[in-house]
This record gives sequence, structure tokens and C-alpha cells, in this order.
Amino acid sequence: MKKIFLLALLFLCCGVAFGQSNQPVEMADTLRSSGKIYVVIATVAIIFTGLAIYLFTIDRRLKKIEKDK
Amino acid sequence: MTRFIYQSWWKVLAVIMLFYTLIAGFLFDVPELPILHETIRNVYFHVPMWIAMFTVFTISVVYSVMYLNTGKEAYDLVAVECVNTGTFFYILGLLTGMLWARYTWGAFWSNDPKQNSAAIAFLLYCAYAVLRNSIDEEQKRAKISAIYNIFAFPIMVVLIMVLPRMTDSLHPGNGGNPAFGKLDMDNHMRVVLYPAFIAWSLIAIWIASLRYRIRLIEYKKNEIN
Repeated sequence: MKKIFLLALLFLCCGVAFGQSNQPVEMADTLRSSGKIYVVIATVAIIFTGLAIYLFTIDRRLKKIEKDK
Repeated sequence: MTRFIYQSWWKVLAVIMLFYTLIAGFLFDVPELPILHETIRNVYFHVPMWIAMFTVFTISVVYSVMYLNTGKEAYDLVAVECVNTGTFFYILGLLTGMLWARYTWGAFWSNDPKQNSAAIAFLLYCAYAVLRNSIDEEQKRAKISAIYNIFAFPIMVVLIMVLPRMTDSLHPGNGGNPAFGKLDMDNHMRVVLYPAFIAWSLIAIWIASLRYRIRLIEYKKNEIN
């Protein structure tokens, strides 16, 4: 009786496990929604931030050189 | 006018506007069209390259005229660096256009009238660089290249904007179909597209102004020696 109960429990666990694998994994995370397009946006934003900072730095360095003259 | 390039408010404005178009360009709704699908978003990035190019080339022509009027060397330097920056955006425009064409028209280069005339106009500006580098005497170089620039610009405009519109072309706005018309554009897109035009133009002006300032320092250094 005990063995059968254990077996039944195991099957149940198995069923639960399979059931879970079929469910969609849902995360309340915008970075993972809508085909993960936000990740691409973040990447582009990082690249452009870098470029903008780079341009501003060149601008500042030039200003310094121009002042020395 | 010369004060303008040393100010920073418009640079900040350009960065903020560009940031907006980068994010909105990916997220805002676009018309669902066959063949184009999501690549319609390329309008936000490919077309502004050409607008930026037009902006700096136009400024370059204005400064070429001003140089011929006054003979001030600094104006010539502005004209050169605007052409250099414009050529850079020209290459970006051609490359992004080719990539887009590969996945919508089927080939990187399909001898579309607009593609061909854009390539010819590109050679015009390559010739400008060759012409400049082949003349050693400074004033002569400035004068001849200013005149060349003034002639090259309208030819470029005709090649890119006028001639392709008189024949059948794959580009929208050619062969009778309207550019940015109802069929391929809606007001959702204009909200992103027009700020993108302004932002990229300002970025191009910024890069050109940085190049001009470097060149000015080089020029003054050579003058003393």
C-alpha cells in the first residue's frame, strides 16, 4: 500500500513537472517582453550615449586648445 | 554665426532629439506593409543620413560663395570640412540603402535610377577631394575648389532628387508615386521622422564644426612657421 502510494506520488510529481514545462515562462520584466526588442533599444542607446559623450569630450578638448592660443 | 558653433545648447538638443528618435523609432507603431514589414523603420535611419548630407553640403556651398566674395581663408576651411562630413554621411546613406535594398528589392544593387545617380554624384564629391589635393598653392586651391563646389552641388541635387523622379524607380517618390505620401507613411511616422531629420542634421553640423576647428588650428600653426 505504501509503495503504491509512493508511486502515485511520484507520478503526480512527474505530471506536475511536465505540466510546468508546457506553460509559458512569464517574467514581469519589460526587457524580456515583445520579442526582447527593448534589449536592442538599450544597446543602441548605450552606443549612442558613448558616441555623444565622445563628441562632447572632443569638443571640450578643442576648447581647451583654442584657449591656449 | 561663428559664435554658434562654440555654443553647446544645440548640441545637447541634437543628442536629446536623436535619443528620442532612436527609442521611438523602434517602439512606435508603423504601417504594416507587405515586403517592407519591420524594415519600414529604416526610414528613420536611412533617410536622415541623406538629409544630414544635404544640410552640410548646402552649408558648404554657402561658405564657398562667401569665400569667393570675401577671400577669407576661414570660409574655405568651413566649406572643405562640410564637404568631408557630408561625404561621410553620403557613404553611410549608400551603405544603409544597399543593405535595405538587399532584403526588400532582392539585391544590394539593382541599377535603380536613384542608386545609379547617387553613385555618380558620389564620384562628383570624390573629384572635389582629388581636385583640392592636386593644387598646392593655397589661394588657387581655395578659389578653384569653391567654384567647383558651387557647380557640383546643383548637379548633385539634380542627379539625386530630379532625374530619378522622371523615370521609373524602386524608390518611393519616383515614377509617379508620392514620397512620404499616404501609401508609405502616416502621421505616426512623421512624429519620429522629422525630429530625426533635424537631429541628424545638427549632429552632422557638429561633426563638421569640430573638424573645422581642428583644421583652423592646423592652418594657424602652418601660417606661423
